[in-house]
Amino acid sequence: MLRTLKALVYLLTSIALLVSFETSAFAKKSKTLKKTQKMGFVRCGVSQGLPGFSNADASGNWTGVDVDLCRAVAAATLGDSGKVKFFPLSAKERFTALTSGEIDVLSRNTTWTLSRDADIGLTFVGVNFYDGQGFMVRKSSGITSVNQFKAGVSACTNLGTTTELNMRDFFNSKGIKYEPVTFEKADEVVAAYDAGRCDTYTTDKSGLAAQRIKLSKPDDHIVLPETISKEPLGPVVRQGDAVWEDIVRWSLNVMIEAEEYGITSANADSMKSSDNPAVKRLVGAEGELGAAFGLDNDWSLRIIKQVGNYGESYKRNIADTGILPDRGPNQLWTKGGILYVPPAR
Amino acid sequence: MNLRIKSIIPQLLTLLFVVAVIGFFTINAQLNMEERGIDFGYGFLNQESSFDVQFSLIEYDGSHSYAKAYLVGLLNTILVSVLGIIFCTIIGVIVGIARLSPNYLIRNTAAWYVEFFRNVPLLLQIFFWYYAALRALPLPENTEPLFGVTYLTVKGYYIPRLIWENFDILIYSILAAIISIIFIRNYARKLQEEKGQQLPVLLISVGLLLIFPGITFITGMVQLDVSLPVLKQLSKTSFIYAEGISVPPELIALVLALSLYTATFVAECVRAGIQGISKGQKEAAASVGLTPNQILKLVIMPQALRIIIPPTTNQYLNLTKNSSLAAAIAYPDLVLVFAGTALMQTGRAIEIVSITMLTYLTLSLSISILMNWYNKKIAIKEK
Repeated sequence: MLRTLKALVYLLTSIALLVSFETSAFAKKSKTLKKTQKMGFVRCGVSQGLPGFSNADASGNWTGVDVDLCRAVAAATLGDSGKVKFFPLSAKERFTALTSGEIDVLSRNTTWTLSRDADIGLTFVGVNFYDGQGFMVRKSSGITSVNQFKAGVSACTNLGTTTELNMRDFFNSKGIKYEPVTFEKADEVVAAYDAGRCDTYTTDKSGLAAQRIKLSKPDDHIVLPETISKEPLGPVVRQGDAVWEDIVRWSLNVMIEAEEYGITSANADSMKSSDNPAVKRLVGAEGELGAAFGLDNDWSLRIIKQVGNYGESYKRNIADTGILPDRGPNQLWTKGGILYVPPAR
Repeated sequence: MNLRIKSIIPQLLTLLFVVAVIGFFTINAQLNMEERGIDFGYGFLNQESSFDVQFSLIEYDGSHSYAKAYLVGLLNTILVSVLGIIFCTIIGVIVGIARLSPNYLIRNTAAWYVEFFRNVPLLLQIFFWYYAALRALPLPENTEPLFGVTYLTVKGYYIPRLIWENFDILIYSILAAIISIIFIRNYARKLQEEKGQQLPVLLISVGLLLIFPGITFITGMVQLDVSLPVLKQLSKTSFIYAEGISVPPELIALVLALSLYTATFVAECVRAGIQGISKGQKEAAASVGLTPNQILKLVIMPQALRIIIPPTTNQYLNLTKNSSLAAAIAYPDLVLVFAGTALMQTGRAIEIVSITMLTYLTLSLSISILMNWYNKKIAIKEK
């Protein structure tokens, strides 16, 4: 009896040792990745509803380019792009939610700025949409340029955004006294502007294009041609987990690079037999790219197969929905845009 | 000795526990912040805020510091609280008394009002007044004047701006009037106690308050210019009123919602206070020959107030704290300006939230102290 007990103890100890050996072999594995794999889903902070970027339909399905980034991370780390839990956050809540560990990726049309990157414990991992701030006005006002604004103009926007600061810089530079009316939720801004509380609604141009659809009469409003700021929007992670940071960064980069090499969700599998080593690396047929993150070698293939490349995501969410059919700067560098990512090798 | 130690031990343990819990949270926060490269400090308060605020009682723009932005938010919170407290008291007292009216219609209307407004969530009421009621207002160019010179529009309530010359003299004259009123009141009390004569103190007081400042006007020491709101065109279809003062619709909606909601509770306090006085008091007062007005003023109210004040204090505190819902409708109060925009722009969550919490605590305690002082003053003094 005692003997069997002893044997059992030995057995258990050796199993424990083996297991710990196993995990130490994956010492590179990030804390956040481990936690994510244990939970079985990626916790992703998104907007409270911005068509084209992150928007939930009536049955609670999230779509948008920001959403696709989260799905890509889930595909890479969990093998299933559906394993994402979305946290709709206001502009005010988003950073606190991330730094306090409530979410692990913030993919919420967030502008990359120095102070946000350096000051508050966040790291921006890339840009998934190049945007700029613009103004929307009523067509009937006859205003066709930002130079026609006059003192006393009231501008509705979201609080806690770079928009609030840019707006001040802009009106100050023009020497115009203005009335800023700032709401916490985008829907409230839209409702207030729609009701005539404000003469203009200002935010990122993509946001204006998306929110215009929500107005009672979208055709009565125009977005002015001028862009008053640069707003590189991208995903954010907490500081302090470099490997997780890399996973999110390269999930985005893989989507862009896949478009560059013409790999789509439809042809990804057949690309395994491509002649181009860069393509083969992207679909996991060559090299050991995943190991660096503690992932298997098919992580990038899964992203492309389940979510698609950047172009597919853009077309599906932003172009086909009529928000911004023209890709503008969000086109590959090879096609006149500024999307340029480091090579995945 | 033994007993003393016995009684001290649980206290010591409790203290230790509290210290340990606070210590744990502090250290935990410190470690986490260090790990994420967040530093801690209040130095940011002196930095330029670089955001503007829609409505401010003091001069402020983005070139001022975060500390000044804090002050703007604080003053706006105090403004909405003070206005809310004044209006909820007026409405509350009227409705409270109306609930005891012998008139069926008045009594039941008051009861319906109380039951309706106190049972609908406050945030919904705020949204209602802001989006539904105020949005139904006309655009500036279609607005008919209210009281001749003011305009209630969807963009705000435009009222004339008063431009004073030698405003300080006016203040002095009012102070002089108040001091003379105090003297007259004392004299009237003496007269009442010694000879039984009564002076119409209220009438004299009101008269003095009108006459003293009136003299400064007539002699031309103080001058008042009124600048009326004038319609101004911003674009083909967009108008505002310039020159006057614009009271933002957000403030109006918030004060309306807060005072209508809190007034229901105040009304119940008032009703409880009056009903708490036994009938015998009224009958006894009547039997010594006091008039109904005197009965209310000298017998019922002094006793009822003792019952009314403490729960009403609670309602005032609630109103002040509820004013933080302002953020939902873009009224730039402390939460929106400081715990909202400033927090977002600096990312200093712990610092800003701690300051905001302390501020609300201080505000609440100040109201509490003031009301406790008043409560003590009207309490029965046993001689």
